[in-house]
Amino acid sequence: MLITVLTSQKAPAAAAVLVGKNVAIVLGSYGSGVSIAASETFKNAGVAAMGITCTNPNVTAGNDHYFRICFLDPFQGTVLANFAAKELGAKKAYCLGELGNEYDQGLISYFTEAFKAAGGTVISDSFPTNNSDFTTYINKAKSEGCDVFFCPVSIAYSTQIVAQAATKDVSFAILGSDTLDDNMVLDAAKGTDIKLYVSTFYAEGGNADFDAGIKEYINTNADAKTANGGNDTISAVTAMGYDAYFVAIEAIKAANSTDPGAIKTALPTVKYTGVSGDIAFDDIGDAKRDTAYIKTADNDNAAWKFVTQQSAK
Amino acid sequence: MLNEKKKLNKGSLITLIIILVFLIATIVLENTINPNSLLFTVIRKAAVYSLVAVSMNLLNGFTGLFSLGQAGFMLLGAYTYAILTIPNDVRDIIYYLFQGSSFHVSTVGFFEGILGDTGVAAFISMILGVIIAIVAGGLVAALVAYLIGLPVLRLKSDYLAIATLGFAEILRAIFQWDKLGKITNGANALRGYPTFSDFNIKAENGATVLRLSSFIPLLFAGICILVIVLLINSSYGRAFKAIRDDEVAAEAMGINLAKHKMMSFCISSFFAGVGGALFAMFASTVQAKTFTSAMTYEIFLIVVIGGIGSISGSCIASFLYIACSEWWLRFLDNTQYINGTQLPLFRNGFRMVVFSVVIMVIVLFFRDGLFGDKELPDLFKKRRVKKDGE
Amino acid sequence: MEFAVSQILSGISLGGQYALIAIGYTMVYGILRLINFAHGDVFMIAGIMMIYMATTLPLYIAIPAMIICTVLLGFLIERAAYKPLRAAPRMSVMISAIGVSYLLQNLALYITGGQPKTYPRIPWISDTVTIFGARTYVVTLVTPFLVIALVVALTLLINHTKIGIAMRAVSKDFETSQLMGVKINTVISVTFIIGSFLAAVGSVLYFTNYPTVVPMSGAMPGLKAFVAAVFGGIGSIPGAVIGAFIIGICETLIKGTDYAIFSDAFTFALLIVILVAKPTGIFGEKTTDKV
Repeated sequence: MLITVLTSQKAPAAAAVLVGKNVAIVLGSYGSGVSIAASETFKNAGVAAMGITCTNPNVTAGNDHYFRICFLDPFQGTVLANFAAKELGAKKAYCLGELGNEYDQGLISYFTEAFKAAGGTVISDSFPTNNSDFTTYINKAKSEGCDVFFCPVSIAYSTQIVAQAATKDVSFAILGSDTLDDNMVLDAAKGTDIKLYVSTFYAEGGNADFDAGIKEYINTNADAKTANGGNDTISAVTAMGYDAYFVAIEAIKAANSTDPGAIKTALPTVKYTGVSGDIAFDDIGDAKRDTAYIKTADNDNAAWKFVTQQSAK
Repeated sequence: MLNEKKKLNKGSLITLIIILVFLIATIVLENTINPNSLLFTVIRKAAVYSLVAVSMNLLNGFTGLFSLGQAGFMLLGAYTYAILTIPNDVRDIIYYLFQGSSFHVSTVGFFEGILGDTGVAAFISMILGVIIAIVAGGLVAALVAYLIGLPVLRLKSDYLAIATLGFAEILRAIFQWDKLGKITNGANALRGYPTFSDFNIKAENGATVLRLSSFIPLLFAGICILVIVLLINSSYGRAFKAIRDDEVAAEAMGINLAKHKMMSFCISSFFAGVGGALFAMFASTVQAKTFTSAMTYEIFLIVVIGGIGSISGSCIASFLYIACSEWWLRFLDNTQYINGTQLPLFRNGFRMVVFSVVIMVIVLFFRDGLFGDKELPDLFKKRRVKKDGE
Repeated sequence: MEFAVSQILSGISLGGQYALIAIGYTMVYGILRLINFAHGDVFMIAGIMMIYMATTLPLYIAIPAMIICTVLLGFLIERAAYKPLRAAPRMSVMISAIGVSYLLQNLALYITGGQPKTYPRIPWISDTVTIFGARTYVVTLVTPFLVIALVVALTLLINHTKIGIAMRAVSKDFETSQLMGVKINTVISVTFIIGSFLAAVGSVLYFTNYPTVVPMSGAMPGLKAFVAAVFGGIGSIPGAVIGAFIIGICETLIKGTDYAIFSDAFTFALLIVILVAKPTGIFGEKTTDKV
């Protein structure tokens, strides 16, 4: 059963609905704030939960019921900082995050740490929630002579940033985290000369069978196509959701029952090779991941181009 | 009339009995049916919201001061509570981005140091620590209310509303400021503090013996609401109502406007702060981002639906509102089928649309709300039969 | 130099967009003493309507159609949600406004499914141009001139037409105007129509500049526009416009400093200061309360 939750304030109640329906395991959420807010409810009910693309360390830290199959923010922030410093040769970075958003601020903090360790300088800012005007921040980055603009923000903001930066004659590259891996961001960059790089969990081309199967599903299912932004580009969250589903099935097989408690005990032992790579859990409940994919936007074709697989070293 | 003694009349007695039955039923239900049922989430959230709604009603309904700053005071109460009760050993983990907190005082830890930290002693330490932290939350909110009230309380109703709304937003911005991160944890959530489920009585081996997690919020909220009821029925309450009905006349009658307005504002904010602390216990995470003006609007709508000037109205409306928005109307969010054909409108988000329409209907056609300005005991009062010549 | 020019251009453009919304607030408040909380959301719905219309209709039909629909929406809201409550206490009408705002936001959420939507590119105003070395959208330059033109037109309407005199009379004294034979319902409807028209035009300018629309896009600009109206003197149209430009420029300048997170808080702080120091605003007139 699917419940859509947009703010972490509504998360405990939504979690209670799921738990009330006696689900065997919870797959979710995409976002760390919501996951953390719902976590207590799942813990009290003894139901295991598997985070799909929530990258904040606090989702799994200090509990034994929340697992995740994606990499973590400390890893992701470091990877992006290394990419910026080594591959893009950046010396000065401008970081922009949403005020009060744990994901944004957390990633910026890890990025800053790694970028400074690589010898660069960082300027960071926060914008208030529901802000639409980013021209000021873009102007600031430009006048300070920054080489990269790091904005690990959600889609509504990143599309604004890309669109507004495109009008401004900027020389810096825009660097994003997994939240920018989306078709809407691609569309915003289409036809412009913005250099956009994102880190993500999965790049199209990693598994041909999966790609073909998903594209067929999207193209024959109108609702799926609309939810995917009107085209069949495969986003990382699709691949991760797919993998999470099968990991859950493996756990149910290993536990040999649908009892939530048994599944929770069986989950740490599951090993599965999914479309996004090998998945195995460590003792905190995080998946052992050591690489992230970096993609860039191909603005002429509104598609993603694989750049490299970056590690945290 | 002169013979009427001041004792509990029939209506109040019946109301008291109903409340007691409700409390006992909650304890019994939670220990018999599925404790993870949505019913208990609704009861807990409704208890917290009803306290905040009553505090807002005290200010808006009984004193006539139109204030939209409740979310800001809830924020203060919630953060104070969380900061004071996070166990010292997890503090540095939670403040992970700021390399540890600069505040290492935990009220629960304080009592554990005196009484001991195992078994019954730990439980009592927790209760004492929690109560002190909740009261502290209320006091901080009341203090800030005093400071805000000094410039703001003489404004007219609409301007007061916008000014208090503005202050709530300013408070939120301050709490998200990362320079204060050592104390407030900036953008990150505060967790790990005692919540309602920590009040479940556990046996030695960890199995739960008696579930109290839904009873406790009702108890805390109930005590606070009782205090407010006593206040309303005192001479201060009469002064507030006089100010609401006609400020100029009240002043002419000798009521010190500024002092009473400030009193009402501070008391209302105290209980809003307590409500915020209780909300923190309900949600188990505290983050400035949740305390937006949208939350104030929700509370405001609850007050209106229940009846401006009716405490029992606010409580009952709170339960109805939370039950409807979180539980009863959820089926509207799922696609529905009749005989295999999909009905057109039902998908995610439909619930909130229906809910908004229902609210508009109530606001337009049932303007006085559920109770108007009457209370629940009035429903049960014996109707006096008019005799000839009376 | 380029930075300063860019900032000022952004500030002026933002201020102009706030001005168009602020005029709607100040006119409604002047006549009905009502803070129309739903106005910001009407502005947002105008944006969403444009997005959906532009996918099926060509732009030169979509823009007028959107304006007409927005005006209709404003008119309907007034008739359905505010007219029945005209005799009710002030709080009831404000509650109704909050309820309408809530309804519009949830409707938008339901229709868009929670996904942010991209505003269609309107030719010419979406093009970029370079001024004093800073690159910006054409719409940034068009906005102040358009605002001034509209304000001039509006002022002429208010001072030299019959309906304008009626509006001024009603805002001075509601009951007496009715006794004098002014058709109240017409005056109020015209006020909302003008306000919604300006909101629709404002939405075209705003969303061309900031092309992503979400259901919450209208709430903060609406609130800030109201602050601008109060700052300039509630009931005064030139005051609202000047207040809006001041707030737009200050907000943009603050975002460029180290205290950028306080840009919203600053707007509210400004409001509180003006309410405490000079409640009638910069251009407002002092009225006495009769007991």
